[in-house]
Amino acid sequence: MSSLTLHDVRFVEPEATRNYITHDYGALSWLLTKDHKRIAILYLFSITALFILGGFFAVVMRIELLTPEGDLLTSDTYNKFFTLHGIVMIFFFLIPSIPAVLGNFLLPLMIGAKDLAFPKINLLSWYLYMIAAVMGLYIIITGGVDTGWTFYTPFSTQYSNTHVFGVTFAAFIVGFSSILTGLNFLVTIHRMRAPGLTWYRLPLFVWAMYATSIVQLLATPVLAITLAMLMFERVVHVGIFDPALGGDPLLFQHMFWFYSHPAVYIMILPAMGVASEVVAAFTRKKIFGYTFVAYSSLAIAFLGFLVWAHHMFVAGISVYSAMIFSFLSYFVAVPSAIKVFNWTATLYRASVALMTPMLYILGFIGLFTIGGVTGLFLAAIGLDVHVTDTYFVVAHFHYVMVGGAVMAYMAGLHYWWPKITGRMYPEWWARLAALLVFAGFNLTFFPQFVLGYLGMPRRYHAYAPEFQVLNVMSTAGASVLAVGYVLPLVYLLWSLWYGRPAGPNPWGAVGLEWATSSPPPMENFHETPVVTWDAYDYPAMMKAMGETQNV
Amino acid sequence: MSDITLGGNTPLPDVEEHHEHHHPFLQHHFEDLGQQHEASTLGMWMFLSTEILFFGGILAAYWVYRVLYPEAWAIGAAQQIWWLGAINTIVLIISSLTMALAVRNSQLGRRMGTVYMLIATLFFGSIFLGVKGYEYMKHWQEGLFPGAAFHWNEVPALAPKVQLFMTFYWCLTGLHALHMIIGAGLLLWFIWRAWKGHFGPEYYGPVEIMGLYWHFVDIVWIFLFPFLYLIHGAHHG
Amino acid sequence: MADVTTTELDHSQHAPHVHVTPMWIYLAVFFALAVGTVLTVAASRFDLGVWNTPIALFIATVKAVLVILYFMHVIHSTRLTWVVVIASFLWLGVLFVLTFADYLTRAWNIY
Repeated sequence: MSSLTLHDVRFVEPEATRNYITHDYGALSWLLTKDHKRIAILYLFSITALFILGGFFAVVMRIELLTPEGDLLTSDTYNKFFTLHGIVMIFFFLIPSIPAVLGNFLLPLMIGAKDLAFPKINLLSWYLYMIAAVMGLYIIITGGVDTGWTFYTPFSTQYSNTHVFGVTFAAFIVGFSSILTGLNFLVTIHRMRAPGLTWYRLPLFVWAMYATSIVQLLATPVLAITLAMLMFERVVHVGIFDPALGGDPLLFQHMFWFYSHPAVYIMILPAMGVASEVVAAFTRKKIFGYTFVAYSSLAIAFLGFLVWAHHMFVAGISVYSAMIFSFLSYFVAVPSAIKVFNWTATLYRASVALMTPMLYILGFIGLFTIGGVTGLFLAAIGLDVHVTDTYFVVAHFHYVMVGGAVMAYMAGLHYWWPKITGRMYPEWWARLAALLVFAGFNLTFFPQFVLGYLGMPRRYHAYAPEFQVLNVMSTAGASVLAVGYVLPLVYLLWSLWYGRPAGPNPWGAVGLEWATSSPPPMENFHETPVVTWDAYDYPAMMKAMGETQNV
Repeated sequence: MSDITLGGNTPLPDVEEHHEHHHPFLQHHFEDLGQQHEASTLGMWMFLSTEILFFGGILAAYWVYRVLYPEAWAIGAAQQIWWLGAINTIVLIISSLTMALAVRNSQLGRRMGTVYMLIATLFFGSIFLGVKGYEYMKHWQEGLFPGAAFHWNEVPALAPKVQLFMTFYWCLTGLHALHMIIGAGLLLWFIWRAWKGHFGPEYYGPVEIMGLYWHFVDIVWIFLFPFLYLIHGAHHG
Repeated sequence: MADVTTTELDHSQHAPHVHVTPMWIYLAVFFALAVGTVLTVAASRFDLGVWNTPIALFIATVKAVLVILYFMHVIHSTRLTWVVVIASFLWLGVLFVLTFADYLTRAWNIY
């Protein structure tokens, strides 16, 4: 039994072509696979397609909003567009994205396991996602839904004439996809770590996925039962949420937001995990305050469950409970801030390699901070009364979700692209795209903070003429942003055939995923690794390597 | 100075050992049956935690309305046949006992003992479902099914809220019954597997996690019974 | 720096650990559950004012705890299992407590 040293990670495999992609051929070998890496690729295709669909709705909305009059779409159609944009982007893109693509691919690699704990359930997760996606597509084609992704009652249960039942059923199904992924990750992290891989040696991405999985496991079932009650009410009309029959619409909102607020942490926690990995890799330093960053993920997961009614300040909840929720909402910002401070401290006096993943993450840190801080503005009840249901809120969540989560997803995709495909992407095109995304994003959404503050309401297809200039700026930004998203589609595809072959560790990073070939073999590691080093132990690695890496 | 090695200075665990007595049900991504057992058990517990939140969600809604409409809730509970509910509770508890004994038998390697206890569990579970079916039929006949067919009207002002109670009654017990039907189907499969001799002291995990699921369904009923049948003042004299 | 000579295995056994619960415990728990059922039905027939509901909840909770500890073997399970069970009920508690924080204080509004 030979002992591999990190010197050897630059070895070239004798059977360089035997990997998880070439292991087996044919559509069925992919559609019936139990391999986590192949399932991750299946998800990659699905969520990319759904992202394009969600983006299409956004593009049309932004075109409509170029002029104050509602002249491109009727109000009913516009309602459908913002509803579908929200449903597709949240349930079918953001929630699965990093966990189902990067998490699925990397988690077993990062912990030295052969696969997740339940490979067949992993495949089931993807099929549940696809079934829900196909249902959703059918509903979109046959008329869509106009209730907003929040499905507020009694409009959704009583008055809407669109396919509410179908869409909520699709959301119900895709929720189980999310639950099963979370369950799989939790059991895997607990029971399948390689020998020597103690909790405090885990990469921070694993801690982040662990925290995310807790949220997926415990929050999503409440959404499921809430949607089930909604479906029941839609069909039977007994008044569960209808005030005319004794029901309380706020009960729906309580239960809906019990899931949907933690859901935003499902979307951001993995992004923060990616940020930690990229910052460590491109500064060649251990993340400052590793333990704090690890525990802050758990803190966000827990505290995120205590704040949901800050979405309901003006809905009619009691002032006293509003005060409680506002108070608690301030707390949840603390662990996020801890992370931002620690990433910044890591960057301080570091030799920062400004490769594409790092560019995206630098953007992430800044934009997430702006988004997070504006969240605090919204947590203040007095201010929220004025800006709720305006574009201020829209700008806030796009800053955290797009400026934050999507940019981190792009960072992760680029960072691990060599590992997943065995190819390098073209660096200069990628940097250009990252800059376009950053510039386009800010031009799109910063004006929306101003618009919201000035009073422009959300979910309206027409607006007062004095808001037009800022809206035109926003649409212009959206065009730039769109180009920034199309470019990676093109060059990442291009790289599959013409990209420079990447070795096992093109970035010279520390982590078990870099200690195997690119792309990895089907069984991940030829022999189970035994871990004897700390997380991000760059000093020791640099000493062992002796010279600079082949970046 | 420590060297970062993927092998360490101690010998790697001998991964060849378990291949000699490779258990037919050992899945290859696990190192051994112990790890597989622990992972499966943990997985089932995690699944049960989702079920706790799933049932818990609708129970939260039930309790909100119970606090808002206590009279209607008491009337609603009074419409149920409490002694049928009580019998069903005992029946389900018996089935939990037989399920626990089935697990015990599989741990002790008693093949037919496992089979008989699983069959007993299925038997009592079926009685439960039969009684439930009878109750549902009676509700339908008495006009207590929520929706268009609802025509309870003894206190007109409270009728919509009594209908709301019946909605929760049907949704809660219906969801519970659905879980029991799924459980019954799984029991059939396990009876077959136990009869084929799949289970023994080194591989009883599946029976144990079947047990966990079944006990969970029992626990839900332990709460549903007082919630839906025994609201005070809510029994026929 | 980590001790390079340590190899920590996540599992030190090859076969699952078997703990067989004695028969009498199962029968005792069954008996307790049956008695609890009788008690809860009996208690519901008397007007105990505000205490009817808490008593019913208490009996149901005791029964559930017995099933969890003995039928579901939690009393012999790992700490992780305990954490999963307790955390689930805790999270459910959060849903109940914070939702009721709204409903129970609505009447307090002076506006």
